[in-house]
Amino acid sequence: MVATLQLDQVGVRYGKQEVLSGVTTPALKGGEVTAVIGPNAAGKSSLFRRIAGLLDGPGDIRIDDVALKSGPSPVCYMPQDTSVNTVLTVYESVLLARKQGAPRKVSDEDLQEVDRVLFSLRIESIAFKGLNELSGGQRQLVSLAQVLVREPKILLLDEPTSALDLHRQVEVLALIRSLARERGICVVLAIHDLNQVLRVADRVMVIDAGTMVTCGPVETVITPALLQNIYRVDGRIERCSRLCPHVIIDGPLELA
Amino acid sequence: MAHSPAIAMAKGRGAYRVLVQRKKLVLLALAVVLVLSVIADLGLGPARYSMHEVVRALMGSPEVSEQVSVVIWDIRMPVALMAVVVGAALSAAGAQMQTILNNPLASPFTLGISAAASFGASVALVFGIGFLPWAIDYIVSINALIMAMLAALFIHFMSQRRGVTVETIVLLGITLVFTFNALLALVQYLASEQALSAVVFWTMGSLTRATWPKLAITTAVVAISLPLFMRRAWALTALRLGDDKAASFGVNVRWVRLETMMVISLLAAVPVAFVGTIGFIGLVGPHIARMLVGEDQRYFLPASVLSGAAILSLTSVISKSIVPGTIFPIGIITALVGVPFLFSLIMSTRRRAW
Repeated sequence: MVATLQLDQVGVRYGKQEVLSGVTTPALKGGEVTAVIGPNAAGKSSLFRRIAGLLDGPGDIRIDDVALKSGPSPVCYMPQDTSVNTVLTVYESVLLARKQGAPRKVSDEDLQEVDRVLFSLRIESIAFKGLNELSGGQRQLVSLAQVLVREPKILLLDEPTSALDLHRQVEVLALIRSLARERGICVVLAIHDLNQVLRVADRVMVIDAGTMVTCGPVETVITPALLQNIYRVDGRIERCSRLCPHVIIDGPLELA
Repeated sequence: MAHSPAIAMAKGRGAYRVLVQRKKLVLLALAVVLVLSVIADLGLGPARYSMHEVVRALMGSPEVSEQVSVVIWDIRMPVALMAVVVGAALSAAGAQMQTILNNPLASPFTLGISAAASFGASVALVFGIGFLPWAIDYIVSINALIMAMLAALFIHFMSQRRGVTVETIVLLGITLVFTFNALLALVQYLASEQALSAVVFWTMGSLTRATWPKLAITTAVVAISLPLFMRRAWALTALRLGDDKAASFGVNVRWVRLETMMVISLLAAVPVAFVGTIGFIGLVGPHIARMLVGEDQRYFLPASVLSGAAILSLTSVISKSIVPGTIFPIGIITALVGVPFLFSLIMSTRRRAW
């Protein structure tokens, strides 16, 4: 059975200050990729941490139509900050992610799953490097391996490709999309590159200044009006020769 | 791309198993060092016995004279084992403090727990005031224990407050060190000459205070604590990837921290209460373990325990060998020996140690 995630008037409070409010979505189904976009500090990471159960706030988070309770969450979340200073190898850190809440003993199946995930992200060659010897992009791939190895049903990725080169971005997003399709995972990812959003996402949620502006199919949400209203940039959406939509920025380098 | 994914993937598994074997070998080597050190420790003292003789006495061989047997079993054994157990306890406490506070500077010594214990002991030594008045035989130890526990709990509850970072905790620990050192100085200033020398000796830390009952209590604390830590091995390792990540893996971060801190406070306080201030073991032991086996708690914790025990036992050997017939207070030697050793390890390793 595929998992669904639905948000109803979800918000986030730090003490008395409300940093995010009124996020309501239709049921986000397993197999679909939902991109969360919006300016810096709009509240995207706060929303992710709220769904992952790390922050408190009003509203209901429903998974498979059951309201999420406090405590350990069934959601797998990859934080934006991937910096670590731990003396562990990549392999150990991925195995570690898999063993949480599982029997203490490491089974053959655990090791096979770790190998499979490392291989699918093409990071098997750095498996025995220390986490603190990795580049930013490599750390991001390892973080992704750590959530994938847990065989998630609901996957929250906070800017999973921000440190990756173009080839890796395309590759990783394609992998995420195919995993979503094949295993019925409900993927929600925050991402700034609108062209990648157009390529990978089925649905887009726009967050601005602590509220949800809209949530809908990609091509109805990413429009010149959105570029103007949310990002204050003059731009168009055009199809390339292979009919993929692309964002094209018009005008001079300076903003109006 | 590799020719065959199946073969390439199996390589990862194989390499991991080799890594695990290597870690187990390191643990075994540490255990061997520890055993040899304890045997040497038993042989040293005003009368020196060879390793051979010590082993025979331990085996209960009839060829060993009554006198040798009494010296080794009744006089030296509690001290030698106390070194092992205290080293293990302080190192395990330091290792888990560094883990849950996410800070390489955390240890019972640097966070003021030892300083608090010294103050508690000095109050008993100078004024004869016991915080639990009925336990008159143990007032020095009990005062030290109570103050150490209070300091540990204070650190813990402050660390639970909103917006408190790991840096704040270390700053807080340092303020505790200064506060208790100032109070200790005040007590020393008011003390009689005789009491003053007792306080100074106590703060140096000495294993010669060891007795079988004290050894039994300390051993019991270690024996209860270590399985509690091991049960949480995966969760504790995950904490070192950051709170958000650990929580997203389903670790109940707050609860694991609270439980661990409670156990640490006991582990750190009991040895200090019995043998006085012994610095650096809690700091150095875990760092050596980290460099040898990394931070997978399934190996990191045993390695910390073994290296802490081995360092304190070796220090005990050294403290008896410098001037034959004289036993230097072990607290002095630990820092002088432990720190250069740690330094050489840090300088010789190419990988970042923290």
